[in-house]
Amino acid sequence: MAQYVVRRLLLLVPVVIGILLITFLMKALIPTDAVTAMYQGQLSEKEAAQAIATLRAKYHLDLPWYQQFFIYVGDLMQGDFGESIRLRKPVIDEIGYRYVNTILLTALSLVIALVLGLTTGILAAARRNTWLDVTATTVGLFGISMPAFFFGLLLILVFSVWLRILPVVPHGWMAIILPAFALGIIEAAPLSQVARSNMIDVMRRDYILAARARGQSEMALIFRHALPNALIVVLTVVGLQIGNLLGGAFIVETIFSWHGIGELAVNAIQWRDFALTQAIILISAATYLIINLVADIMYAWLDPRVELVS
Amino acid sequence: MAAGIRSPHTLLDIKGLRTQFGSGRNPVNAVQGIDLQIGAGEILGLVGESGSGKSVLALSILRLIQSPGRIIGGSILFDGKDVLAMSNRELSGWRGRDIGIIFQQPQSCLNPVRRIGWQVAEPLRQQEKLSRKAAWDKAVTLLRSVGIPAPEEKALAYPHQLSGGQAQRVMIAVALALRPRLLIADEPTTALDVTIQAQILELLRDSCRDFGTSLMLVTHDLGVVARLADRVAVMYAGRIVEEGPVAPMLTAPSHPYARGLLDAAPRLGQMGGLRLRDIPGSIPDLSQPMPGCAFAPRCELRANLGLSACLGELPPFIPISEHHAARCWALPQADGIYSTPMTMGTRA
Ligand SMILES: Nc1ncnc2c1ncn2[C@@H]1O[C@H](COP(=O)(O)OP(=O)(O)OP(=O)(O)O)[C@@H](O)[C@H]1O
Ligand code: SF4
Ligand SMILES: [Mg+2]
Repeated sequence: MAQYVVRRLLLLVPVVIGILLITFLMKALIPTDAVTAMYQGQLSEKEAAQAIATLRAKYHLDLPWYQQFFIYVGDLMQGDFGESIRLRKPVIDEIGYRYVNTILLTALSLVIALVLGLTTGILAAARRNTWLDVTATTVGLFGISMPAFFFGLLLILVFSVWLRILPVVPHGWMAIILPAFALGIIEAAPLSQVARSNMIDVMRRDYILAARARGQSEMALIFRHALPNALIVVLTVVGLQIGNLLGGAFIVETIFSWHGIGELAVNAIQWRDFALTQAIILISAATYLIINLVADIMYAWLDPRVELVS
Repeated sequence: MAAGIRSPHTLLDIKGLRTQFGSGRNPVNAVQGIDLQIGAGEILGLVGESGSGKSVLALSILRLIQSPGRIIGGSILFDGKDVLAMSNRELSGWRGRDIGIIFQQPQSCLNPVRRIGWQVAEPLRQQEKLSRKAAWDKAVTLLRSVGIPAPEEKALAYPHQLSGGQAQRVMIAVALALRPRLLIADEPTTALDVTIQAQILELLRDSCRDFGTSLMLVTHDLGVVARLADRVAVMYAGRIVEEGPVAPMLTAPSHPYARGLLDAAPRLGQMGGLRLRDIPGSIPDLSQPMPGCAFAPRCELRANLGLSACLGELPPFIPISEHHAARCWALPQADGIYSTPMTMGTRA
């Protein structure tokens, strides 16, 4: 197992270098000059020229690109993600707590999605073609076709405006409830479908018949025999979905004013705050990589047929 | 009624069992009125062409027929208990403990994500309520007794790490873990390498003998029947057409179908590899009503004798000797008169 993990980590090295290169080169693709954006309309032309010269020196813009790249990576390794031109503070200070917020939101919505998706999926499979199954499938279809932001607005309308259970602009821990459910319920729908179809598929296998023939109860068949098999496929879907959740978080955070990376990203782009945008992209990509790695390792751990040593 | 051997104790007693697939206009009558007994400690060989309903019968006995199939009639008594009246709860208490089954494809019958030891130990933990440790130790012992080499290590392996023969040994270990009184083996060696078929069959026979377990052995292999079975039943189109002790069944079968299938006496004596003979033609469509003998369209005897009742009326079981009977109009009745249509009308 350890060997497998090491091998997977080594495979990540070229990917990480690629991501670093892309975020580094993004500078070249940005239409607005960062320095201009920084002092837009605040300085006279002469002052501006001088500021630009200072900044060019400060940001090593006169060096060849590969040297700039090494400096960039070196800074990152020391936790220096640059300075936000808009917020006038190190990017890392702003991103740190917001990252924690986003992880909290994503994790909570993942838990909601898993609990909802797995229970409805397993139930629907166990009671196939009953009203329960039909209801779950129909509701699931709505879930799949509805974008998270729209569902989020619906939740605000129902819980904050009509029922007045939650404030429209909630504070503290309460603020996480609606966005977490908005994301979680939406992601529960595809999870439920995958769980259902895989459970149905697995319950048809010979080893389920054989276990039933040995006197295992239906409960035991579902939970001890079928579920571990069905979960293998469900897990790969979950891995992909965390990507969706992170993406969905960008929009849902903005709607619900949850101070996470997503909300920051939308602002950073509007502000043309380059260092901030760059850091957000970098950290999102890294998170995505780590999640995929964990999903792969869990997959190998769950499915004994995956060869761990090559 | 078949003249089954009345051993001192009849363990399984099936009467008029009917199993159907589909419920539309033309359901498939896979099992249509089967009478069969299996005595304690007895080995019954069940033979018949592909599609004759052997597997459906086996699954019906354990109430394992899944929708769209269902048992639509008859009775199954296991040691006096009415199997068809059992609740789901009673069924899971009965299966595994009193009756077991092993199938043709051992690899696909093992759960791919569970260790071998776990699967052998499961009935011991769940039904026998042994502790985790005790069940595991017993599982290792069981694996050793079915001839798995290095059972301590193999218990930790997963099914894909076993060969087909090893997998079938494991299935036998699991099925016999609780020492059931009847084991049904549905073509247990068909999917295996010829070289290990004999070993597996010997293992089955010896294990059953050791535990006093009765065995219903479904097979296409006459050599297997000759070596293992006490009694043979021949199935055709969802019915048993002939049944009797192994010796007369193999040397002098009476039913034209059984004769075609089993007529292999000169080739007997080897274990394994002796297939049933092919008979020209094929099994009738089981979704069509069959008032007469289902074998009639393929029966040379009928053609030669020009019997007409064969098509019109189902032949009854006609005793040949005390424990031997067949369903055929062309058989001599006990009084020596043929129960053929020609004589039927004139008989008192
Ligand atoms: N799940 C099912 N749905 C519909 N028909 C079925 C089903 N299972 C079996 N049958 C039908 O029942 C009949 C008997 O099948 P069965 O599998 O019992 O034959 P068999 O004697 O075991 O043949 P083989 O020697 O090939 O195993 C066949 O006509 C088959 O089409
Ligand atoms: S009953 Fe008639 S058709 Fe059927 S096996 Fe006997 S002779 Fe042949
Ligand atoms: Mg079969």
